[in-house]
Amino acid sequence: MLNTFKKIFSVGMVTEKYKAAYDEELETLGIEIKRRIDHKFTGSLAIRAVDAGSCNGCELEIHALNNPFYDVERFGIHFVASPRHADILLVTGVVSRHMETALLRTYDATPNPKWVIAMGDCASCGGEFGVSYASCGAVSNVIPVDMTINGCPPTPLVLLKGLLTLMEEKK
Amino acid sequence: MSWQKTFLSQLDEAGIFVKSEHVSPVVEMWQIDDKHWQHFAKLAAEHKMRWAAGWAEQVEGLFYVHACFEKSGDYVLLRTTINVSKPELPSQATVYAAANRSERHTHDMLGIEFMNHPDPRCWTRHKAWNKHDYPLRHNFSVQGSPAKITPPDTGYHFIQSHGVGVYEIPVGPVHAGIIEPGHFRFQAVGELILNLEERLGYVHKGTEKIAEGRTPESLAKLAGRVSGDTCVSHTWAACIAMEQAAGVEISKRAALIRGIFAERERIANHLGDIGAICNDVAFTFAFMQMMRLKELWCRTNYELFGHRFLMDKIVVGGVVVDVTEAAGKFIFTEIEQLRVELADLIPAIDLNSSLEDRLYTAGYLSPETAAHFGTLGFVGRASGQDFDVRRDAPYAPYDSVQVKVAFEDQGDIASRFWVRYKEINASMKLIEQFVEQLATLPEGDLVADWQTPKAESYGLGIVDGWRGEIVSYVRFGENNTIARFYPRDPSQLNWEALEKAVLNNIVPDFPVCNKSFNCSYSGCDL
Ligand code: SF4
Repeated sequence: MLNTFKKIFSVGMVTEKYKAAYDEELETLGIEIKRRIDHKFTGSLAIRAVDAGSCNGCELEIHALNNPFYDVERFGIHFVASPRHADILLVTGVVSRHMETALLRTYDATPNPKWVIAMGDCASCGGEFGVSYASCGAVSNVIPVDMTINGCPPTPLVLLKGLLTLMEEKK
Repeated sequence: MSWQKTFLSQLDEAGIFVKSEHVSPVVEMWQIDDKHWQHFAKLAAEHKMRWAAGWAEQVEGLFYVHACFEKSGDYVLLRTTINVSKPELPSQATVYAAANRSERHTHDMLGIEFMNHPDPRCWTRHKAWNKHDYPLRHNFSVQGSPAKITPPDTGYHFIQSHGVGVYEIPVGPVHAGIIEPGHFRFQAVGELILNLEERLGYVHKGTEKIAEGRTPESLAKLAGRVSGDTCVSHTWAACIAMEQAAGVEISKRAALIRGIFAERERIANHLGDIGAICNDVAFTFAFMQMMRLKELWCRTNYELFGHRFLMDKIVVGGVVVDVTEAAGKFIFTEIEQLRVELADLIPAIDLNSSLEDRLYTAGYLSPETAAHFGTLGFVGRASGQDFDVRRDAPYAPYDSVQVKVAFEDQGDIASRFWVRYKEINASMKLIEQFVEQLATLPEGDLVADWQTPKAESYGLGIVDGWRGEIVSYVRFGENNTIARFYPRDPSQLNWEALEKAVLNNIVPDFPVCNKSFNCSYSGCDL
């Protein structure tokens, strides 16, 4: 027990400061926002991550958002276990045809108002997999998308900036 | 290769005629008649050969069917040809359980009927294409003819159980956590798992089909996305296969850098998963600390090499980024720091009795079951399967160092935990040795010149990724294009072992059992 506490105190806080992106910054970060979050949601956002056919690279970076450096929960952003509890669907990967119905059902199960973020090159434009007999390609081919974040995979920094900007009230 | 001689004479006695061809220092291709396909498997099993991979491809009016076997680090790539008009072959799954899902995949993709197969249900195919269409046949276009909305696959017959108090729990494809999609069907009584059946294929993205016609550069990129967490090793395996086919030799420097990347990938994943295992039994301290270490490790990847997971840093002919002297120095200090951190953390984790309670004896995979399913990597090594491609069939740069293979035989979650910890230590040592060797070579010299391979030439890349042995097959067509790509991720074999490891565990322990295997869905569904 003692060495646990010792480690906790010796490491201390590693959490870093992050801010929403400036408008000019968005393009360089590869973020495109089509519709922002209503102001009333900005203090607390529930996200449901859905892998619709990713290579699992994007998932690794979603996980990283919860590590102590990014600590996404301090911004009121948390990941939930059911779409029924979610405000946002964070979709990764091309939508494989075998996941198409599952994604549609997940979308339907998410209460309104809801937002969809297509994360990564696959989800936003089809990436390396594109459209084929097995893949519907980009998420927007299946459900409406409110924001895309490019990258293969997008770094947690870009992902976090994207989320913060989405939550920010447009001045 | 003495066992091969004895085995060949045994085959000869059995009337199985073998035409052999040298593929690489560790791989021989043996061509046999289709009617001997199953008999060969029987003899191979008696000879204690491990079934490693299986796939097929269409070459004009023929199907080439392959099965890859291994013994003592020597590989045999078995091939037979059958007519497209009569695509039948006796099943090897009757002899090797490991071949079961692979043959079902081959059936769904090419329509080859494996006779007497113990499980005739489809595997990779859900509803994206029709029963009598086969995506990998030449007459099937990449675009196929999908329905407007692909319906869910509801007709799969799961094993049922009956009796007082027995109930069924369907889980997925969309899971509660941030993980890949797949379906699990539990039969349980009270909290106890009586049976688990996996139904995968949800993330089938047509990887094999969309590989056709690509250039070598573009195939390397696709290979890096077979399973994102293994981007380095999958690209490496595919590149070895392509370089073999083209007769391209990479520089010593490039090989060392590939080795450094692959070991960095192993460490990153092991750090993350050790943390995640602790998280699944609610030991947040260890989870956060390990995630912190993994993040630091990925940041170094980004700063030194330009990508947090080193995606696309391996290319055909070599690598695109050098490990400079300065980078080498940085890596050394970083490893020193990681050792200090782990020296604090691992004892703190080890002394935690609640963790001990949850990890020891849970998720037990016996050495017999592990061998039965050809279980690979740290899962296999934690259940008595003492095999590592880096040591037993070494490829550059591992042929220049001594690879110490972590090994345990208790087969529980704790064993897998400790194997992974030991592998982190071994990988750190390997990286140090590779960096030291780099210092003796001139900087630069990263990518060898490419030569267009002859049409029909093929190669088999076999490397040890962080999950275990990866087998990657590439055959070229005309004009430097890919005719066939088949990557066999270790998950394909380890998934089946997971079904057995969870038996008699309680349902709430499934997440931690699953995490301790951490199989890839994407790498399995392709
Ligand atoms: S964007 Fe890249 S990392 Fe994300 S799922 Fe696609 S291939 Fe994988």
